[in-house]
Amino acid sequence: MSATVHVGVSVNGERRESDVEPRLLLVHYLRDVLGLTGTTVGCDTTNCGACTVHLDGAAVKSCTVLAVQADGAEVTTIEGLASGSELHPLQEAFWEHHGLQCGYCTPGMIMAAADLLERNSNPSEEEVRHALDGNLCRCTGYHNIVEAVMAAAGREVPA
Amino acid sequence: MSTVETPGTGYVGQAMKRKEDPRMITGGARYVDDIALPGMLYAEIVRSPEAHATITSIDASAARERPGVVAVFTGEDLADDFPGPMAAVWHPPGVEMNTPPLWPLSRSQVKHVGEAVAVVVADGRYAAADAVEDVVVDYEPRPVVVDPEKALQEGSPLVWDEFGTNRTHEWTVSGGDIEAALAEADVTVEQRFVNHRTAGAPIEPRGAIGELRGDSLTLYSSTQIPHIARFVLSGVLGVSEDKLRVIAPEVGGGFGTKLQVYPEEALVLALAKRLGRPVKWTESRSENMTTTHHGRDQVNYVTLGAKRDGTLTGLKVRTVADLGAYQMLLTTFIPTLGFPVMGGAYKIPAIDITIEGVFTNKFCTDAIRGAGRPEATYWIELTVDKLARELGMDPIDLRRKNFIPREEFPYDTPLGITYDSGDYHGTLDKLLERFDVDAFRREQAELGGRGVYRGVGFSTYVEVCGLAPSRAVGPKGVGLHAAYWESAMVRVHPTGSATVFTGASPHGQGHDTSFAQIAADRLGVDPQNVDVIHGDTDQGPWGWGTYGSRALAVGGEAVARAAEKVQEKAKRICAALLEAAPEDIEMADGKFQVRGSPDKSMTMADIAGAAHIPPQELPTDIEPGLEETAFFDPENFVYPFGAHACVVDVDAETGKVSVVRYVAVDDCGPAINPKLIDGQIQGGVVHAIGQALYEQVVYDSEGQLVTGTFVDYALPTAAELPGIETDRTETPSPVNSLGVKGVGEAGTIGATPAVTAAVLDALRPLGVEWLEMPLTPRRVWEALKEARGRGAGPPPTEQGQEVSEHGGGGAGSGPTGPEEAGAS
Repeated sequence: MSATVHVGVSVNGERRESDVEPRLLLVHYLRDVLGLTGTTVGCDTTNCGACTVHLDGAAVKSCTVLAVQADGAEVTTIEGLASGSELHPLQEAFWEHHGLQCGYCTPGMIMAAADLLERNSNPSEEEVRHALDGNLCRCTGYHNIVEAVMAAAGREVPA
Repeated sequence: MSTVETPGTGYVGQAMKRKEDPRMITGGARYVDDIALPGMLYAEIVRSPEAHATITSIDASAARERPGVVAVFTGEDLADDFPGPMAAVWHPPGVEMNTPPLWPLSRSQVKHVGEAVAVVVADGRYAAADAVEDVVVDYEPRPVVVDPEKALQEGSPLVWDEFGTNRTHEWTVSGGDIEAALAEADVTVEQRFVNHRTAGAPIEPRGAIGELRGDSLTLYSSTQIPHIARFVLSGVLGVSEDKLRVIAPEVGGGFGTKLQVYPEEALVLALAKRLGRPVKWTESRSENMTTTHHGRDQVNYVTLGAKRDGTLTGLKVRTVADLGAYQMLLTTFIPTLGFPVMGGAYKIPAIDITIEGVFTNKFCTDAIRGAGRPEATYWIELTVDKLARELGMDPIDLRRKNFIPREEFPYDTPLGITYDSGDYHGTLDKLLERFDVDAFRREQAELGGRGVYRGVGFSTYVEVCGLAPSRAVGPKGVGLHAAYWESAMVRVHPTGSATVFTGASPHGQGHDTSFAQIAADRLGVDPQNVDVIHGDTDQGPWGWGTYGSRALAVGGEAVARAAEKVQEKAKRICAALLEAAPEDIEMADGKFQVRGSPDKSMTMADIAGAAHIPPQELPTDIEPGLEETAFFDPENFVYPFGAHACVVDVDAETGKVSVVRYVAVDDCGPAINPKLIDGQIQGGVVHAIGQALYEQVVYDSEGQLVTGTFVDYALPTAAELPGIETDRTETPSPVNSLGVKGVGEAGTIGATPAVTAAVLDALRPLGVEWLEMPLTPRRVWEALKEARGRGAGPPPTEQGQEVSEHGGGGAGSGPTGPEEAGAS
């Protein structure tokens, strides 16, 4: 067991202070220390993207970031995406377009899509598909996920 | 058939948004690893790096000394904790089966890489993982066999010395005179197929928490089958079922991999019992690839005979199925599960099937989405294509010539199976309305002239699902020591909202929504006020779980029947209070009313209130309360079917295959919720595209797993796929009152032959006549190179260069690995 390090992170707008092992992964900090279990873990090689959160406004895979690297940063997780009881347009669109089945990849998929729409508010279908290629889904075949992201961007959904 | 009404409200058939989604899109869903119990400890497992070895010593002393470590146990330490081994439930009458015991922790020997040899328990995830590194295990390696056909040869290393053979069993089924049928054929085609080993790869790995409270155990597990898990684990642990509760919380995908009772589930319960504290084990992805069961892994030798005009005469198949080192729940049965549909959608008077199971030093195979039917569909569809070429017929015409016609259903096959209903021309007609073959061929020729190699493949599958008649599949039937009815309990609360308890435990299918729709119509309530409870052996009646596309056709029907019983009682209460005869009460616009008198009506809320707080006018012979239970055991399986077309482009320089269009027309009977059906088909088709183009579990010749992560095992991503076009026909099944058939596996069953046939169609001008899955760039490129070497096909526009399948190509590239291993 190593000595601990103090980290201060703003998570979903709330300042959190903790003493953690230097090797603690951000995803385990969020899940096990803060109890924010909406961010899930699906692999151990940074392939699946289930653990995607926003770190200072950009999507990162939180299994590949140490908690200490988030010291002083702002983190947004799926729990912080809605504005109060008002869902984020991507959450609404995933619901409306059946963009999820088992729901396990969904938080990471929505966070990755939110990052895309921040950078490109009017993506083509190809751009959506390319932007999500770091997020694996085994249930949907991606069809409805792509449709949902296009809809959230206000684009006509593909046939 | 029931006379119960479902009028007015009409929620069934609507593309309702899912009721489960709000929790899942906000991070509020709770999967096993999200659960933290007071005082909880963490288990990590020490696994064998050897594929076959004797354990000579285990030294855990250094691990026990590490900070945070609570205990380390070996298989010998826990021998008394497990009075019985893990279960294998298929014991076909008259078939000799070699079945070795599988213990939660190995006792003295290992038979595959990843086998559990010890367990570390610590007060944190990281402390447990650290301590695993300090457990020193000495192994004496033994000879390894990984190829199932080599395993059957004389002199092969044996996985189990005690059986004197690597053959687990041989199972046969036949109907008609196969020798005469093949003798009278004008043309016979023969083909060897390899259906390679794949992983189910749900994005949520497995996980389990054991908890002891008083003298009762609770298991939280990422399982498709909580009731079966309790049934099996009570035997493994020697505890009575009433002292063991199994809870499947939200389950992050299963695809058959969680239709299993795993050693780790038994282990966390034993540890919780020993240590008196809750113990959690969370599977890593590399563990998931190594010791969560695999699927497929068959070699099939297929012979199909036909008359010159295309009329099929006979089908003979010998299958060698690689079952791995042990036999888990349904390991031995899966290859046989495909047998009802091995003749496909076709009239074939004589069919003869032989299946041999084989031990190898690999992990077990078992059910993966489709489970036996994708394998059968793959070879029957591609063999029909091959026969068409042999006969000089269009493969679509050959299919039409041999389709079982609509008017011949229910149709008895030569194997003693009855297909319930079908309209195979109907789905194919609809497919060809959406997919203009002539226009495609013109486009293909035009593109070919520019060096773009585009191909199309078709599949007209039929599958069997909705497990199903308990007596037919049970101990004296096919030989499963289990039953396959399903249950539901419907409870209407005093204010008129309702709760449905189902034994079918979902993992993404949307039971919360579809089952609510079914109940709502029958109760006259809004589905938003119908909650569906599942996945807890202490809540609701016994049930067999969700797999084999059975939840709706069996479990959904049980919900309908339980809700209909509630409706009958509600009518009696209504009749008594409105002073009418029960038979004069009808449902209209979601209300109960005296027939033809809308002014004399009651809502379900009115009736439920009276049922719970009986007024003076309610006769005492009507029991209080408003809840009913139904068990449904169908008389037959259901047989969904469909027609698919896949279009691919093949890059002749690199061998890369791209799916450019996929059209699926499927028939699973009347839609309960079209949104959910489309979602199942889209996901199922992409699962099959994954197998056809990218995915393969690869072991090397030493039994080492080469594809242990998502880096090496390539799942399809959004980037290399098109949208999946879906359409439907609706041919009701006579097997249940809803008329429904399953849809969870149909896409996966139908799609691999369509994709493969499309690649072959694209490659034919380049001189490649035959190639099999996985159609990775390297495989295709090597085939092209070989064809060029023969001087076949047009020359490439420039010389092909060395292509690495590895890295840089995302999931578009397949695993690099010794392809001589396994069944490849």
